[in-house]
Amino acid sequence: MIKDKWVYSEKLKEHFMNPKNVLKDENIAEYDGKGIVGNMKCGDEMMMVIKVDKKNNTIADCKWKTYGCASAIASTSILSEMVKGMTLDKAYHVSPKDVAKELGGLPEHKIHCSVLGDKALRAAINDYYLRNNMPQKIETEKARIICQCMNVTDKEIEHAVLEGVRTYLELQEHTKLGTVCGQCKDEATRLLNEYIKEHFGK
Amino acid sequence: MAKRQVYMDHNATTPLHPEVKKTMIKALEDFGNPSSLHTFGRHARKLVEEARDSVAAFMGANADEIIFVGSGTEANNTVLSIFACPSNKCNFHGKSQAGIITTSIEHPCILEAAKCLEDRGFGVLYLGVDRYGKVNIEQLKEAMNGQIGLVSVMMANNEIGTIQDIKTISEIVHKRGALFHTDAVQAVGKIPIDVRDLDVDFLTLSAHKIYGPKGVGALYVKKGIPFCPLIRGGHQEQGRRAGTENTLGIIGLGKAVQMRAKEMKEEEKRLLKFKTVIKKALEETIPDVQFNGHPTDCLASTLNVSFEGAEGEAILLYLDLEGIAVSTGSACASGSLDPSHVLLATGISAERAHGSIRISMGRDNTMEEVEYVIDKFPKVINKIRGMSTAYTKKVRKQ
Repeated sequence: MIKDKWVYSEKLKEHFMNPKNVLKDENIAEYDGKGIVGNMKCGDEMMMVIKVDKKNNTIADCKWKTYGCASAIASTSILSEMVKGMTLDKAYHVSPKDVAKELGGLPEHKIHCSVLGDKALRAAINDYYLRNNMPQKIETEKARIICQCMNVTDKEIEHAVLEGVRTYLELQEHTKLGTVCGQCKDEATRLLNEYIKEHFGK
Repeated sequence: MAKRQVYMDHNATTPLHPEVKKTMIKALEDFGNPSSLHTFGRHARKLVEEARDSVAAFMGANADEIIFVGSGTEANNTVLSIFACPSNKCNFHGKSQAGIITTSIEHPCILEAAKCLEDRGFGVLYLGVDRYGKVNIEQLKEAMNGQIGLVSVMMANNEIGTIQDIKTISEIVHKRGALFHTDAVQAVGKIPIDVRDLDVDFLTLSAHKIYGPKGVGALYVKKGIPFCPLIRGGHQEQGRRAGTENTLGIIGLGKAVQMRAKEMKEEEKRLLKFKTVIKKALEETIPDVQFNGHPTDCLASTLNVSFEGAEGEAILLYLDLEGIAVSTGSACASGSLDPSHVLLATGISAERAHGSIRISMGRDNTMEEVEYVIDKFPKVINKIRGMSTAYTKKVRKQ
């Protein structure tokens, strides 16, 4: 019998084998907020629902469903455990890096699989704010246009980095940024390196 | 961890045939350099040439038409790279002014070598395929009206198992005076191959797909066809591939084709039966499955199937926890963002490609293993679909 290390961390394996808080055929209407993100074409889609403890402004329950790979399943499972009892504010700011750390590390090319979980969670929290007449609480993702010609924002650069982009050339291919006048090259390169450092510590 | 281990990923690689293993263990003692004139060298030479005879006999070629190389990838790169050699001392000189035709479902070692030639200014056309993965013959005929020097079409596809009509294709190609190469890495040892009958100029094979060792392959080059080496600096392989021979690997390859000649026919019958059983069981026990590849012109051992609403890497890893080894066309398993280029070329949706699993059986698989696999599949798919947003939506729509 072959006994080697598993393809990802043991923690990830545990959550992959026994995913926590999977949304069964329950009534989604019972939940206070719902977020769906992703795209089937890319091979992943994520739905998160939350129940809110309105007195303490904390997440009382969090359930999910996903179409995705082992890393997507495990990272959403662990995220749903992490945010239970957390204040909405704190939960809103859980990053893919926090999830990857909790999982005992994720290979670089798998980071983008874990991004969907926290995105869906933010969408669910925003949905809760909307339903409860608190639109002022919604933190719009403050996007700043970097490439004026192709209308590419800093958020899109960050997203590209999470998807695996590491060089300016790759960024151009991925987002079409800097393919017209090229004036944004320095700013885009600076942001690119900043996001790589932020998410991958390099 | 599962008690049982069922290996059904033979298109990726195969275990050594016990007879190959025996032969190789014995050959570990034969350390001589086949180029040396003394007893040690002559003995090694004899073993290498015996292996060459076996490989040649297996495909109806002459021994001097077989070149041993380091891998199927090397053989494929050799054909494409030497064709584009710009030197006027090269046998190919002039020919390379013409374009190259290949297909959209080739192995990456052909596609990336072709892409490199494109970057160097050569014209390359990638033929499309139909929904079963068969090359568009009409498109080929039309393209052959242009100035074409080389056509490369794989014999059987590694992912979906579809077998091309190589004889028809080589006839069309030769009628226009171009050279024809076929990457037969997945076909050799699974379907009968006669290079004279098929009339190919170059043919690639690899040892580790036919129960031989890794790190050795062979390239058939028809007598009289121009050639120039990719790797230079030695007289080995008639000056066509420099570097001291991988004697151990070559001896293993020789034994592997001998065993294939004996076992292939019966084994393919057995594996085709297994495939029919698995296919029927999957259809009966799991809703929303679709099979990819050609229904009849397909390798007996290869079954490619898509499960709606279930992602391939997750299926693969849950099956692995049950001890079952298969592969997937999903992007998530490869580290890229795009699913299998072969499946996409057949025109299926990205979603179906992400949910694809390739089962490729081999000589060690038993009916008992087939039953074990049939038993585990529905459990795994149900588990994944139970947490799938995609599948819930689908069920709700019905």
